[in-house]
Amino acid sequence: MELKFHIMGGDFSNAGSASSEIKRVLKQINVPSDIIKSIVVALYEAEVNIVAHAYEGDMVVDVQPDRLIAVLSDKGPGIPDIELAMQEGYSTASPKVREMGFGAGMGLPNIQKNTDILNISSTPGEGTKVSFTVFFKPKS
Amino acid sequence: MKVKEIVEKLGLQIYAGHQGLEKEISGGYCADLLSDVMGNSKQGMVWITLQNHKNVIAVASLKDLSAVILVNGTKPHVDTAEQAQAENIPILGTSAGAFETAGKLWHLLNYI
Ligand SMILES: Nc1ncnc2c1ncn2[C@@H]1O[C@H](COP(=O)(O)OP(=O)(O)OP(=O)(O)O)[C@@H](O)[C@H]1O
Ligand SMILES: [Mg+2]
Repeated sequence: MELKFHIMGGDFSNAGSASSEIKRVLKQINVPSDIIKSIVVALYEAEVNIVAHAYEGDMVVDVQPDRLIAVLSDKGPGIPDIELAMQEGYSTASPKVREMGFGAGMGLPNIQKNTDILNISSTPGEGTKVSFTVFFKPKS
Repeated sequence: MKVKEIVEKLGLQIYAGHQGLEKEISGGYCADLLSDVMGNSKQGMVWITLQNHKNVIAVASLKDLSAVILVNGTKPHVDTAEQAQAENIPILGTSAGAFETAGKLWHLLNYI
């Protein structure tokens, strides 16, 4: 099953709606609730990063019998130093975005903690692609 | 303890989400950074914050939180209240600050 959502940069009032739709679908197909919890955190953070940092993007979620694969690709400024961006507390969020409580620099670390496989690639000036996989089995 | 009991015992205002007042509370989390709440809150917690925009309800709903308490007399934005109503997440308010509210809630949940 493949689900696709378009995400607009700056559209904070709808931020989280794609993640919320996926959560509903995963509940419906009886994915274990602790796995849903992890997926939701990772999806939301990746979705909000497009809203907060990019111009526009797509979230494509492939739900397979034993795993979920999400690919979020955007057009935007890109991430020049991914290792630095992954560090907890690192953020380039604007003052306006920070006032809303975003910009803790915890989003990417939250994605890392809640996924089994994570790949981030980016071309500065063009965009960013965040892909992750979460397996539907209890974590060992 | 249910949300409606802390409303009564802490004298909280109810702005929206009346349908969720019967929800059970598992604990509380106090933060104004959304990713902090995303990463560290647990299902059933009450979220104490001064953030009052719509994304608060998105986070509370995704994390299955039981209620949101807005501190320092902060009121929810109109679209925040509407979303809370639609998702049955009680959005509550107090003139007290986060420290006092968290302290009272902690006491209630641990000693009553
Ligand atoms: N899709 C993206 N496009 C461009 N830059 C990004 C993107 N995602 C993340 N970044 C960069 O990586 C930094 C760290 O991201 P991260 O999600 O960890 O924190 P944040 O978004 O700044 O704050 P938080 O997620 O805690 O609200 C961002 O501040 C930004 O510089
Ligand atoms: Mg982020």
